Amino acid sequence: MAGEATKAIDKTLLWGGGRSPFSVSYGKMMMWFFLVSDALTFSGLLVAYGYARQAYTGAWPIGEEVFHAFPFAGHAHLPLLYVAMMTFILIISSVTMVLAVEAGHRMDRKGVTKWLALTIVGGFIFLGSQAWEWGHFIHGSAGYITTDTNAQYFLVEEVPHGKTAADVEGFALIANKGQENESTITGDKAISLFNERIDYVQGANMTINEYGPPQYANFFFFITGFHGFHVFSGVVINIIVFFGVIKGIYEKRGHYEMVEKTGLYWHFVDLVWVFVFTFFYLI
Amino acid sequence: MERDDLIVNDSYSVDARHDEAHGKQIRKKIYFVTILLSVITTVEVALGIFIKQGTDFWPVVKWSFIAMTLVKAGYIVLVFMHLGDERKSLRYVILLPYAIFILYLLFIGVTESSHLNDVWLEFQP
Repeated sequence: MAGEATKAIDKTLLWGGGRSPFSVSYGKMMMWFFLVSDALTFSGLLVAYGYARQAYTGAWPIGEEVFHAFPFAGHAHLPLLYVAMMTFILIISSVTMVLAVEAGHRMDRKGVTKWLALTIVGGFIFLGSQAWEWGHFIHGSAGYITTDTNAQYFLVEEVPHGKTAADVEGFALIANKGQENESTITGDKAISLFNERIDYVQGANMTINEYGPPQYANFFFFITGFHGFHVFSGVVINIIVFFGVIKGIYEKRGHYEMVEKTGLYWHFVDLVWVFVFTFFYLI
Repeated sequence: MERDDLIVNDSYSVDARHDEAHGKQIRKKIYFVTILLSVITTVEVALGIFIKQGTDFWPVVKWSFIAMTLVKAGYIVLVFMHLGDERKSLRYVILLPYAIFILYLLFIGVTESSHLNDVWLEFQP
């Protein structure tokens, strides 16, 4: 790209004071420093997640087995597709953002307005998707029961609130799920096991969840929640800058560097999601 | 208070301006990266769906996930965030301290959690 940063400038002049040796403005450099510190935070969270998973001696939940639902698809088994869609939305909104930055470099106010508006729309779609994902994760699917022998029996189909197992047609339980001696229990035996249960665990909260150890849900809530909060603040900042563009503040200032700085933040949010997607959902 | 982004002779972003012809070239690069990121994500999802964890292929797939993630991250940082177009000194100021710290954190995290896992397995009731 053309600009100060690509010019060959003598070292003594560059570092001699009175100018930025990095050829960036104060605001942009501080945005980068903030992003480095934020990147350290997210890396710390992901390393903590990996630590908990590596140290855990039981079976850790697998992404494609937990996240396989899609809105309006009912009980269809569609592993990872919804998360993939969310990733795609964020990548596309990142592209519209970089196009807004490019339009800003050409002082193309109309272009910046258009691309920034699309970026904001993409951000809202992502936030909505995440709300649905959280709702589904918390509500859960069929769930499992625990008995007085401390065994876990997974339900094939959920027992709705206020109903009993006998009301569910073809009620069945899965014993020793995920192990070699996995078996299915049906009929009266399954119903009596359900009626003598100690607890019926469905969905997820901070202390227990149907997917695996409590830390799994805690990390899910914290990491995706913290990322979602970043997306939310990014959308708010984008909206503020969007009004600045409409009012012509940057046109008057002579450059659209503000769009570039918010763009840095927005791309960072996308960058974090790329890592969350790999380390939380894929691996 | 004086605002540095208003000082004209120090305004680096004014220098970053480009014309329509150059903009076309930049947009071409942006579209290329868009397609690349989409293709990599599609491959990742397909591998995630069809290769089950714990099978013989899984370690290869796992490491290829990490490699593909790093490629995606590289393109986002260097092209979308324009770090590749910045001065070399700025690039190193941002990437080196981060890389050193995170490599150490990864090393210590993996070492300690693996050890903890061994100990817990050994002394499980």
